[in-house]
Amino acid sequence: MGDKPSTRPRSGTGRTRRASKRDDEVALQGPTPDPEFVQLLSPDGERVDHPDYSVDFTDEEYRGLYRDLVIVRRLDLESTALQRQGHLAIWASLEGQEAAQIGSGRALRKQDMAFPTYREHGVLWCRGVDPTAPHGLFRGADHGDWDPSEHNFNLYTLVIGAQTLHAVGYAMGIGYDGKVGTDDGEAVIAYFGDGASSQGDVHEACVFAGVYHAPVVLFCQNNQYAISEPVERQTRTPIYQRAAGYGFPGVRVDGNDVLACYAVTRHALDAARHGQGPTLVEAYTYRMGPHTTTDDPTRYRNGSEVETWKQRDPIARVRTFLEKQKIADDAFFAAVDADADRITGRLREYVIDMPDPTPEMLFEHVYAEGSPLQDAERAWFRDYQASFAGEGH
Amino acid sequence: MAKQQIPLTGAQQLTIGKALNLGLRRALEDDPKVLLMGEDVGRLGGVFRITDGLQKDFGEDRVLDSPLAESGIVGTAIGLAMRGYRPVCEMQFDGFSYPAFDQVTNQLAKMHYRSRGRITLPVVIRIPYGGGIGSVEHHSESPETYYAHTAGLKVVTPATPRDAYFMVQQAVRCDDPVVFLEPKARYYEKGEVDLDAPVASAEPLFASRVFRAGTDCTVVGYGPTIRVLRESADAAAEDGRSLELVDLRSLSPLDLDPVYESVRRTGRLVVVHEAPTNLGPSAEIAARVTSECFYSLEAPVQRVGGFNTPYPASKLEEHFLPDLDRVLDAVDRTFAY
Repeated sequence: MGDKPSTRPRSGTGRTRRASKRDDEVALQGPTPDPEFVQLLSPDGERVDHPDYSVDFTDEEYRGLYRDLVIVRRLDLESTALQRQGHLAIWASLEGQEAAQIGSGRALRKQDMAFPTYREHGVLWCRGVDPTAPHGLFRGADHGDWDPSEHNFNLYTLVIGAQTLHAVGYAMGIGYDGKVGTDDGEAVIAYFGDGASSQGDVHEACVFAGVYHAPVVLFCQNNQYAISEPVERQTRTPIYQRAAGYGFPGVRVDGNDVLACYAVTRHALDAARHGQGPTLVEAYTYRMGPHTTTDDPTRYRNGSEVETWKQRDPIARVRTFLEKQKIADDAFFAAVDADADRITGRLREYVIDMPDPTPEMLFEHVYAEGSPLQDAERAWFRDYQASFAGEGH
Repeated sequence: MAKQQIPLTGAQQLTIGKALNLGLRRALEDDPKVLLMGEDVGRLGGVFRITDGLQKDFGEDRVLDSPLAESGIVGTAIGLAMRGYRPVCEMQFDGFSYPAFDQVTNQLAKMHYRSRGRITLPVVIRIPYGGGIGSVEHHSESPETYYAHTAGLKVVTPATPRDAYFMVQQAVRCDDPVVFLEPKARYYEKGEVDLDAPVASAEPLFASRVFRAGTDCTVVGYGPTIRVLRESADAAAEDGRSLELVDLRSLSPLDLDPVYESVRRTGRLVVVHEAPTNLGPSAEIAARVTSECFYSLEAPVQRVGGFNTPYPASKLEEHFLPDLDRVLDAVDRTFAY
């Protein structure tokens, strides 16, 4: 594949910089990966300085990020396997986007609220939600069985972009509650993708966020594809540059660099909680797998493109960094793998043993205050089912 | 109605519009979490002046002039409700509620169910609806079927100033999302409202009401058609026919027990609404009444509604909208069996 993207310049004076053009990019059919973005850890595991963004992690924290990345990837691979084996109806893989999710997810403070799409399994992990929680949705047993307020992590949203408005409204509420302006202030992060950037709701969310100066970070994972459509079918303008039109800052970050994603998101969240309004973050990344397990990406992208992105793997660069800097040793890596084995093993057992919902659950929680129509249907259905008792059905 | 200076106490003659305005004022006073949001609802007081004076008295953080984006209004209201607020959104006209359709039917309606009861969204969507004001297209729609068809939403519509005043307050207090349909052609109709009466003294929000007793035929309507029912009953009385009139008030849930009770006595039913009849509320009511009152019916249930066309240009709306003659024609048909 020729040289790796380590040729990216390591110093710069601006907020963003331009990487050098590489020969291997000529072969790409998809988007040209020649962006200006914030990078703090190069694909070959070298720390890069940036004038506006820096991180100063302890060795323990570096190791923790690596552990997060590995575990969420392993959970994801296990989930795909569970789908292939018939235990899940569908799975939306996050493979390739681990750094964007762990970096932004770990940048959240406890009091911050997250509004995910349906692919934020890595953020879910960071928020302390049980990693088995989304699998009921993908199995068809429920619509997401976790308490959003317990973890400040809302339910997944499948209508593309709809959650960005909820996030902005929630952030407006933080403002009305007077919970901005201090270190203890609250902020919101809204996840969406490059495809969603075309949605009216995302536009309206940006309008409301700007107009009401809401404490929200609009975090776009540009993974280059909306199912089959490359980002060129969504926009001719780099997504982060759209922020200027709404009157707040936009920044593009190397979405495969967990350190940069952390630094940029933390900066944006802290600005929001201190009353400085919204930020649009574009995490420039790549969906390594299919859109979901129902998808066949070989129909719309070529292998060399995928190979190119493999060279930018978000986990490999952290491991290289840890090894080079002697922050972690073989025993640590083995322990992480063992942890991942244990956690994915638990996931596997959980999913395979997941009970089907009871028919009565069909009628539960349609309304907070109840309603006679559903009550009548429930009663009818109960009698109907009882009428089969003893018939061997 | 806006400049009508009303003492905020005692029994008053109010228009429906003013009653809504005072009901919203009470809601804002009663609960600091109540917010009003919508296009032009603040400084202007809304294009129908329903929120007149409220931003002045409660401030820009309680009465929000929203960007011109209906999906944005409802979507951010959902987020505000998650945060503990009780937003009351105004859609400026019925036809403009459709840009918010996903947020209303997919997001707002389903959140309590999806979250297995962990998230409640006490959001009210106020929509001036119905025709008869000679307006340009998209300003005279009757969208109730869309919303009443969606589980998770409750849909109510007042027809009198008294109901307007109390029902809007009850809707704000409801923990479920409520689509609150306001018969815009009746905003200026007057009636008595006791402003000293507590909300708790009002009838339940989701109850229908027999508002005129009769013996020969039951006629059911709601919102803008209630006046047509009243006029029809007056005219029928001159012909010696006694109509019993029911105001549904709530379209989701439907409270049909009073209708069943009435039909068992009269044996005849006519259902009236401005919405097109095809799969409309009258279809559901006819089906249920046929099931419940099959042996009492002397004739098939008759329906009077808007035609199954797009809402016409306003010079044609008098032909589109149910009126006294069409209601009486339907009543006649129930006597032809």
